Amino acid sequence: MGGPNLNPLMIEVDHFSFFYGPKQALHDICMAIPEGEITALIGPSGCGKSTLLRNLNRLNDLIDDVHHEGDIRVEGTSLYDPAVEVISLRKRVGMVFQKYNPFPKSIYENVIFSLRVAGRRKKAELDEVVERSLRSAALWTEVKDRLHESAYSLSGGQQQRLCIARAIANRPQVLLMDEPCAALDPIATLKIEELMMELKKEFTLVIVTHNMHQASRCSDRTAFMFMGKLIEFAETTRIFNNPNSPQTEAYITGRFS
Amino acid sequence: MKSTHGEPKIWLCALGLTVGLTMTALLLILVIVRGVEVFWPKDVVQLTLMPAQTAAKPEILTGEIRKQQVRRDAGSGMDVKEWLVFMGNKDAYGQTFRYVDLNRVTREERPAALIVADRLEYGKAIFLPLSLNLADGREIAASTAGFDGEFHRLIAEGNNRRKQIKHIERDLIGDINHRMLKLDNSLNAFKTDTSAREHRQDDVTARKIALQGDYEKLAAEAAMLRGQQKANTLSYRLVSGETRTQALGEILHYYHPNQLSLLGKAGWFLRNGWDFLTGEPRESNTEGGIFPAIFGTFVMTLIMSALVTPFGVIAAIYLHEYARQGIIVRAVRISVNNLAGVPSIVFGVFGLGFFVYIVGATVDQIFFSNSLPTPTFGTGGILWSAFTLALLALPVVIVASEEALGAVPRGVREAALACGASKWQTIQRVVLPSALPGILTGVILSMARGAGEVAPLMLVGVVKLAPSLPLDLVPPFVHAERKFMHLGFHIFDLGFQSPDSEAAKPMVFATTLLLILLVITLNLAAILLRNHLRKRYALHTF
Repeated sequence: MGGPNLNPLMIEVDHFSFFYGPKQALHDICMAIPEGEITALIGPSGCGKSTLLRNLNRLNDLIDDVHHEGDIRVEGTSLYDPAVEVISLRKRVGMVFQKYNPFPKSIYENVIFSLRVAGRRKKAELDEVVERSLRSAALWTEVKDRLHESAYSLSGGQQQRLCIARAIANRPQVLLMDEPCAALDPIATLKIEELMMELKKEFTLVIVTHNMHQASRCSDRTAFMFMGKLIEFAETTRIFNNPNSPQTEAYITGRFS
Repeated sequence: MKSTHGEPKIWLCALGLTVGLTMTALLLILVIVRGVEVFWPKDVVQLTLMPAQTAAKPEILTGEIRKQQVRRDAGSGMDVKEWLVFMGNKDAYGQTFRYVDLNRVTREERPAALIVADRLEYGKAIFLPLSLNLADGREIAASTAGFDGEFHRLIAEGNNRRKQIKHIERDLIGDINHRMLKLDNSLNAFKTDTSAREHRQDDVTARKIALQGDYEKLAAEAAMLRGQQKANTLSYRLVSGETRTQALGEILHYYHPNQLSLLGKAGWFLRNGWDFLTGEPRESNTEGGIFPAIFGTFVMTLIMSALVTPFGVIAAIYLHEYARQGIIVRAVRISVNNLAGVPSIVFGVFGLGFFVYIVGATVDQIFFSNSLPTPTFGTGGILWSAFTLALLALPVVIVASEEALGAVPRGVREAALACGASKWQTIQRVVLPSALPGILTGVILSMARGAGEVAPLMLVGVVKLAPSLPLDLVPPFVHAERKFMHLGFHIFDLGFQSPDSEAAKPMVFATTLLLILLVITLNLAAILLRNHLRKRYALHTF
């Protein structure tokens, strides 16, 4: 899978299957996600794209009665290696959710949450991280004068960018985004998309989206999933202009039933 | 045409709400009116009654009219209106209340000279003053100009002396008793080591003799003061014609009910209210104030909340966040819910059996063996009462806390975990702050439940009359083992255990009003705290 000019591999999904109890949600997925690119996961609701994304930082482990087969590797290390602590894994793989979910704390405390739980408390360092993260999330100029107000005083789009700032504060290598614009208006969506183009210079992004235009506009690679199976995975231009599979073509042209 | 389907059901809901609200409002109004009215000084009427037999002299009586009611006369079968008259002067009449048929009253007057005096014993006296007989032989007749001034001065003097006596007997002599007890106990510590005991014996005896000397001096002083309280007397006449004398030191205050202006009545109203709030009970609780009961209820409720909150929240966190959801946790949850429905007296029995007889007795064995067989913690007390009520209120806190934890959005938890927080960090830094307002709601409910509970307390430490408060200035200041008074039990005691139920009735209403006010105050404080936290965590600046 994959195409030419492959950057170094960041994430390798290797014959990965995932089960909620007896129900199989992912069937034998194989994917190679290169570093420094945006990879979009598309597909109809319930196709398993969110499940796949949430397995990349093992957030699905929280659910009772799940199990998996196969393996996922980040930079060559298996996520399921007993030597890998889930907490340290999640520090390398940040996540932004569909519904913006700031903590009931100040803007400042939201951004440095990951540093706080890691036990870092030097004021200068924290201040620097807040400014850097908020600048990266294109939020700094809007909130720099009210860092100590509640995060809930921000607008929806601003709250989502705050969540992005929070996710990148600890400098992860990978940033997972689960439909980051689903709850936002078009203007806020545009801002987040511009932000993603900036972020990919530093991070490897994997996004789940329902929005075909967003996938075609922003991503370098696109994976189309259907019924828990990976149907096609290639450069975005190829998926959208010349898909291999008739199912992919049907979905992206909207003739999907 | 507009459909009207369902509207009758809306009316039904509205009706239910209206009935509920009306009943609450009526109850509150009744309690407030009857509870406040107690302190308002009433006019004293002098009634002349038609004699029962034609030849006899007409009967005269004075008193406050407390209530008018209709009675069916057994003989004639007619309805007769009657008054309930509070006559006071229990020492003279033997009874304080009397029913008077309205049709027997031939004259109704309000003589200005009548005086109502509140006394230490036998309650109020209603009389016409004759003279003051002073210890130095002077006699001041009621008709002379200086009578009122002198009467006032003597009563103030008596009240001061009473405070002095109380200070000597309670504080100074109490302190000596405390030290004597400690000396005795220090000897008990050498039970086995006889030589050390003998060595110590002399020292202890010497110190006890010194203390005994101090005690005798103080006791003599108190006796002297007590004698002075009886030196000056007042002689007065009742309307029945009888002349009586009364030691002035026994009178607390007096007023001319029929001379009072509205402002004057308001003044007495405030004073009576204040005395009720801050005073100590007299005359088996039917007179005086209820401060010890207010204080006991307050302290007990605070201790209970301090106990129940951490336990309840920790249990809820475990049940909701850590326990594997399965049949066992479901069973535990059902049991907790059922615990909330167990009759409170059952908790009282458990508290007596477990806290008092097992835990308390063990504590005595270990820490207070010197004073055995007198129990310290092995008997009912405020601490065991708080523990028992905490147990009773625990389900309320657990259920409310679990609900509050469940209401924290999943997204926020996942976000915290995705930031690399451990499970405990997530709970501590994100989940608990979000759930705090809901948890506090549970604490508020449990406080309301605990403050109003009486039945279990009767088994584990509440008493009719507690000699001292659970918190005072005698070291170690907090006396968790002491028995205490409680407003709820006070109401029961006044209403059903009182020798004079008619006299106690106004006190029942006033005490009920106070209990309601106390619960409202505690709840209001907790609600304000909750709103403050809610703002802090949700909307405003930090």
